Amino acid sequence: MDKPILQVVDIWKSYEDLQVLKGVSFELREGEVKVLFGPSGSGKSTLLRCINMLNPPDKGEVFLRGENITDPNVNINAIRAKIGMVFQHFNLFAHLKAIDNVSIGLRRVKGFPKEEARAKALEVLQSVKMEDWADHYPAELSGGQQQRVGIARALAMDPDVILFDEPTSALDPELIGEVLQVMLDIAKAGKTMIVVTHEMGFAKAVASEMIFLGDGVIIESGTPEHFFVSPKSERVKNFLNQLDVLYGSHEKLLK
Amino acid sequence: MSDIPTLSEIIYYILRRGLYHTLLLTALGLLIGFILGISLAIMRVYGAKELMWFSSGYEKLFRGIPLIVLIYIFAFGLPDILWYIDPLELRLGSVVLALSLRSAAYQSQIFRGAILSVAPGQMEAARALGMKGSQAFRHVVMPQALRLAIPSWSNEYAVVIKDSSFASAIGIVELTQAAYFVSVSFREIWALSYLILAVIYFLFTYPITRIFGERQSKKLKKLGMGGG
Repeated sequence: MDKPILQVVDIWKSYEDLQVLKGVSFELREGEVKVLFGPSGSGKSTLLRCINMLNPPDKGEVFLRGENITDPNVNINAIRAKIGMVFQHFNLFAHLKAIDNVSIGLRRVKGFPKEEARAKALEVLQSVKMEDWADHYPAELSGGQQQRVGIARALAMDPDVILFDEPTSALDPELIGEVLQVMLDIAKAGKTMIVVTHEMGFAKAVASEMIFLGDGVIIESGTPEHFFVSPKSERVKNFLNQLDVLYGSHEKLLK
Repeated sequence: MSDIPTLSEIIYYILRRGLYHTLLLTALGLLIGFILGISLAIMRVYGAKELMWFSSGYEKLFRGIPLIVLIYIFAFGLPDILWYIDPLELRLGSVVLALSLRSAAYQSQIFRGAILSVAPGQMEAARALGMKGSQAFRHVVMPQALRLAIPSWSNEYAVVIKDSSFASAIGIVELTQAAYFVSVSFREIWALSYLILAVIYFLFTYPITRIFGERQSKKLKKLGMGGG
């Protein structure tokens, strides 16, 4: 196999007295979709935010294509441009129309000329089926539409990897499907992704590996088959049962 | 004006004599206050500890001194240092200085509040795209903060235009001083001249604060901005 795109090595992170991550390591290869799941407070979101250094880890290293991005001498802005992020609450720029939300990174970070950035943004909006809403402000869009623009904003930068931080958990149930569908399309098109989600239908459909995080460590990892057929630890079994009871499964939403 | 003047004559006289200086003082006071105020707000929100102290100390100082005292300090103090400048210009400068330094203290608070009410996720999303902190501020936080500040800022305009009337205390002929001239020339109608003055000030403040205050508030709500 080729070299990993992303290597996460022994990440530790605490907030004041709370030790959130206690030595997490994994690797991600080109085209892989990694699903992170686990109880709330287990450190999933923190782990994503350590990977793009929004919250730098206390200890441990992250390598993007072999480059140590936790090194303080590295140009973190240039690195972040190669790591897309999709947020739970979308975080679209409220003062910009959908198209400008998608093109602003191209213009300000990648230095695209205005027209070129616009053309590319429109193309990416098409890929998430939002081209008809290009001239609308975020507040005029539904949650699902906003999140699709959020995904387009990350995609437009052509990142090496996209981090999804619970992208559907702030959405009304009837809007989850459209977002999962877009994510599924991206995954099938070969994008490398790390997805924090409890949507087991999505995981089953595209995850190359699933990681169960609990109390800041990886408790169990394996393929979706492994988790849904024969999970090892009691904790994982209980958690998956609870998910089924609480959320049901959205598999039927996916084509 | 030996006979008692008509209403429109009084209005015309007050506007002709006074409007220019009132608007000039207001515009300069607000503009300089804006530049200083934004700088102070940025220091207060993003600055190192020393800059935060400076900014917060500045706010406390200039909010704690009556405007008329500031005007007297500058108007009577500056000529000793800047004796070569034309006295009228120096008096105007003193009022501009007093208005803008004090307005900066209030505008700093307005913009600090506005910057802080831009949702933190906005800055995060900008940084996650690879923008530098300064780019994220300029292209994402600042444009939203300015929009959020408009309603409070229109209120500050109302304060400054009304307080420019203190310039009359050092003999600058602006609206209030012009009305005073009318009142002393025609003792019989002194109350009327001030009543007209009051209406003029009102007409220069209320419609503006209404347009920029209420309309902008509605627009912001539509954009879902401000903590959203």
